[in-house]
Amino acid sequence: MDSFLPAVAAADAAPLASEQLRELYSLMAAVRYLDTSAVAWQRQGIIPGYAPELGQEAAQVGSAYALDTARDFAFPTYREMGVARTMGVDMVAYMSTHKATWHGGMYDPLASRLAPIQAVVAGSVLHAVGWAHGQTLSEEPGVALSYFGDGASSQGDVHEAMNFAAVMKAPVVFFIQNNGWAISVPTERQVAGGSVAGRAAGYGIPGIQVDGNDVVAVYEATRDAFAHCRAGNGPVVVEAMTYRRGPHSTADDPGRYRSLDDERIDAGKDPLERLRERLLAVGAADEAFFAAAHEAARIEEELIRTGIEALGPRPGTEMFDFVFQETTPALENQATRWREESEHV
Amino acid sequence: MSESTTATLEAGTTTESQRTHISMQQALNRALDEILSADPKTVVFGEDCGQLGGVFRITDGLQAKHGESRVFDTPLAESGILGMSVGLAMAGFHPIPEVQFDGFAYPAINQIVCQIARMNYRSRGKLPMPITLRVPSFGGIRAPEHHGESLEALFAHVPGLKVVSPSDPHDAYHLLKYAASRPDPVIFMEPKSRYWQKGDVDTSDGGTLTGARIVRPGRHLTLVAWGAMVARCLQVAELAAEDGIDVEVLDLRWLKPIDAQALATSVGKTRRAVVVHEAPLTSGLGAEVAQLITQSCFDTLKAPVERVTGFDVPYPSGDLEDEYIPNIDRILLGIQRVLEYRRG
Repeated sequence: MDSFLPAVAAADAAPLASEQLRELYSLMAAVRYLDTSAVAWQRQGIIPGYAPELGQEAAQVGSAYALDTARDFAFPTYREMGVARTMGVDMVAYMSTHKATWHGGMYDPLASRLAPIQAVVAGSVLHAVGWAHGQTLSEEPGVALSYFGDGASSQGDVHEAMNFAAVMKAPVVFFIQNNGWAISVPTERQVAGGSVAGRAAGYGIPGIQVDGNDVVAVYEATRDAFAHCRAGNGPVVVEAMTYRRGPHSTADDPGRYRSLDDERIDAGKDPLERLRERLLAVGAADEAFFAAAHEAARIEEELIRTGIEALGPRPGTEMFDFVFQETTPALENQATRWREESEHV
Repeated sequence: MSESTTATLEAGTTTESQRTHISMQQALNRALDEILSADPKTVVFGEDCGQLGGVFRITDGLQAKHGESRVFDTPLAESGILGMSVGLAMAGFHPIPEVQFDGFAYPAINQIVCQIARMNYRSRGKLPMPITLRVPSFGGIRAPEHHGESLEALFAHVPGLKVVSPSDPHDAYHLLKYAASRPDPVIFMEPKSRYWQKGDVDTSDGGTLTGARIVRPGRHLTLVAWGAMVARCLQVAELAAEDGIDVEVLDLRWLKPIDAQALATSVGKTRRAVVVHEAPLTSGLGAEVAQLITQSCFDTLKAPVERVTGFDVPYPSGDLEDEYIPNIDRILLGIQRVLEYRRG
């Protein structure tokens, strides 16, 4: 897949400085640590479930690193922890969705510029288009970054979103993490034609397929896509080819649909290891830096775990509080009855 | 086309704060015009809403007056229209999308139920969805399949949605303006068979818009209806009056939240009730209304609440439409069953 982006995208394409490369590594290390820890938390009974993103650190960190939280907005599904971390979202608030505290998480989506977590995986792709079109109507410079996977790309909403965005020239980056698996179904049984980016041509949208395990390549592709959108050229499809190294969720058993040997062969090189080698090769970091990055990640994970464990259950009244902005008499009556009956139990 | 556009918009701009005699189509068009003028964050869109002015001409002339960025056509994809509404609302807009016909809300159900209805909840109130979804609704125009459905029970069952249906031009004008001013998603069900009926609209005074409304007071029995069935119930009431039966007609208007107090007051007085709706009987909104009446009026009811409704069949073709929609005779028979009820 070639990139069809016009020259405007490359205008500010300065290579990443050593400091930025180190920052990317630190982010990926923090995400890796938190991700593997979250699986452990589930096994320890701290959280009831989690959807790991092991192996997708480069795709998530690299893409979100290109986003400007002062003006852009990201639309996740449920496997974008690395995106949230890169955007600076309160990670206790983010993880609270996996603690079963509140659907959508406890973070403020407007302040963080990250839409609520959700499970209908193509639903948010249209929201990104609507939000992006709102930028056009308001003559504001924001770009919507829509995250979804190869599985979600089978849903009709993705087709409608790409068509709408192309017709309206909406500034939206469709960022697909093709991690090879939609739960148990491999890409070749999920994506006809084998490439989501390849579909972009059908909508007259530039499509880029990028090595999703190379954080620098992902960052550069997303950065160029943002520049393309901001210049008023309409949407871009970026498909990051990566691999879901872990299970779909903590309830999943990958052993039923793939062998460990297959995993080793298909997953390729670890994205963290790749960046580490790159940093060492260009002399941007030394062993002391890596040790410090991992220690920082460990401390951060501890703080988040402590925060998660301290999250008490939500007060039951909240069940009724957020249904509407303006509640209804029927709902008030139900809340009253719930309170009365709860007190009797 | 340009003549009708001019006429429609003139009707909407020259009779401010006074009584005017216009059709529901004109009333809705005028309401949208005024909403767009008053709130720059309002956007009206859907299939054929722009240059054509909508297949029912509800958006007639609005694009010419307010511009293509405020009133626009979308690709033919209902899920896209509603999903886009979510994003626009997140960006601070007040979307007034249209699905062209009731049956085409089905392809958008995922966005309506999983997204629009839940986003306020999911975000703990941070992402309100001030979306007014206009749905030309109900049958009675001999339209093709999927062009005449009664989805009120489906919508009303979904937590997070509010549902309203006007029955005459005055209410259409005021309820649309009211719905569009609210911070929650409202499904606005327009009775398409009533679009061309004229009525008096007092633009200066909408009265109370939050609950049901007595459109005809009576002593012997309450007919509960909404949308297109209100006019038919008024016809029935006239005929019943010839036999000395004094029927009260309650226009429910809000199908969620339902005005339980109005039901209690009316049926508390008349002690008999018949609910009339076009939707199928089973699990229809009539069951909800009957339960609310039973709960508040059980001791004084003289007969079980009766329902006169469509049947549990797919909405039929035009040739069978008159057999399906509650007609005057069926409603009169329903009234008779209630009046003649004798305890076992």
